[in-house]
Amino acid sequence: MISRREVQETNKMISEANLDVRTITMGINLLDCVDSDIEKLCKNVYDKITLSAKDLVKTGDDIGKEFGVPIVNKRISVTPISLVGSACKSKENYIRLAKTLDRAAENIGVNFIGGYSALVHKGMTEADSLLIDSIPQALAETRFVCSSVNVGNTRSGIDMSAVKRMGEIIREMAELTKDEDSMACAKFVVFCNAVEDNPFMAGAFHGIGERERVINVGVSGPGVVKRALESVRGADFEELCETVKKTAFKITRVGQLVAREASKRLNVPFGIIDLSLAPTPAVGDSIAEIFTEMGLECAGAPGTTAALAILNDNVKKGGVMASSSVGGLSGAFIPVSEDHGMIEAAASGALTLEKLEAMTCVCSVGLDMIAIPGDTSAATISGIIADEMAIGMINAKTTAVRIIPAIGKSVGEKVDFGGLLGSAPIMRVNSKSCEAFINRGGRIPAPIHSFKN
Amino acid sequence: MKGIITVVGKDTVGIIAKVCTYLAEKNINILDISQTIVDGYFNMMMIIDMSSKSSEFDDTVDELKSIGEGIGVDIRLQREDIFDSMHRI
Repeated sequence: MISRREVQETNKMISEANLDVRTITMGINLLDCVDSDIEKLCKNVYDKITLSAKDLVKTGDDIGKEFGVPIVNKRISVTPISLVGSACKSKENYIRLAKTLDRAAENIGVNFIGGYSALVHKGMTEADSLLIDSIPQALAETRFVCSSVNVGNTRSGIDMSAVKRMGEIIREMAELTKDEDSMACAKFVVFCNAVEDNPFMAGAFHGIGERERVINVGVSGPGVVKRALESVRGADFEELCETVKKTAFKITRVGQLVAREASKRLNVPFGIIDLSLAPTPAVGDSIAEIFTEMGLECAGAPGTTAALAILNDNVKKGGVMASSSVGGLSGAFIPVSEDHGMIEAAASGALTLEKLEAMTCVCSVGLDMIAIPGDTSAATISGIIADEMAIGMINAKTTAVRIIPAIGKSVGEKVDFGGLLGSAPIMRVNSKSCEAFINRGGRIPAPIHSFKN
Repeated sequence: MKGIITVVGKDTVGIIAKVCTYLAEKNINILDISQTIVDGYFNMMMIIDMSSKSSEFDDTVDELKSIGEGIGVDIRLQREDIFDSMHRI
């Protein structure tokens, strides 16, 4: 029988250490909605999403109440829209599709819908190109739609022409939403090795290898890990790793329970648990606080990459045994704007873009929610993306860039998105040019998979 | 289905009586109670059987919460599964 100590431990995790289920994300296949008539296509898409997910928000809230654990977000991911809209042949039609997704999301009450996406790691189709052209306007004119583009992977290399285009559209969307601190950029992510079952935004989409509908759940709890580490201050690394592992196991078990329950009630198959430590701007819900607890003065100090590697690896080790199926981006996220400790470290100059880039070699994703000066050129943004994509391609891991050129602002100022997206100090970018390099265009061929040095 | 009620707050007369009276009215059977006082703070855990309940689980959560608010303690009801999942393999 459950003991009082165990009940207290769980409830303290929830009430004092911000344990929550970060998202229940329903993946929905939209390929059967395809029609060359945009009116019919939009109707099919709207009807399928609103019918499939009509009970998602209520079910999430009910489960949260019964188990006494907050389920923060309910979201939708859909088949990459470049495929769904490929018969429509114009940028305007893609924007109509984006607005349809937005209306569907609003109707069912989810806070984001992901999948306004294209997979162009080996080159672009005409449809991909149209969708990419439409992304800035689509994100500027919708509230809930999130977009992603996969520009590279380990098996096929990197499409550098797409990387060049990404720099341009990021600048475009920043300009279009300059009155809201370039908000559209916070809803757009560029990937290398994108995963098909990620429940987290902005990068969620329903992969074409997936089922008709699926429930993916993202669990979080940086605060719980931090609390657990407080009990092993001064202990050696073996004990540190054991503690992270055990904590990750417990957190993930809650996610597994919620996912099973949601799957049963919604009659949609369970997909994966994504056991990511995703911070929020709240104090006590921070990855940077974990680094401090491990013994670093602040995030960015020498040792930060090692600390992140320990955290990321042991979260996976603990979580994998706790769930029947682990997937998504599992690991530790390091979004700057969503983590008060990272914000402070960046504002004080202890955490630089270069150090963050090094950290992305061992974290679960990449350069996330980083604000840069508004006058940063498209080529420089593409250069930053190319570096990050190269890390992902060579190391066979998912990497991503979600970067915000804050129009009209420079180093020392900050952007403020509010809510879960938080606020970010504007970070210095190396001012040397990479324009001639980016302008080459074409592809970087697939890397060799042997001679790992 | 089993539920776990936890009551935490400043000790006062009649906390257990209030909770138990409510449960009896709702035809909810109590399977186990353990209670202690730490530094004047009342701490109770109760395991209850919800299978013959006369109301919805959600409503019971809300009603217990408001009983707690009336006497100045925090009362929670959660399904037992969350604790089982976390602490038992």
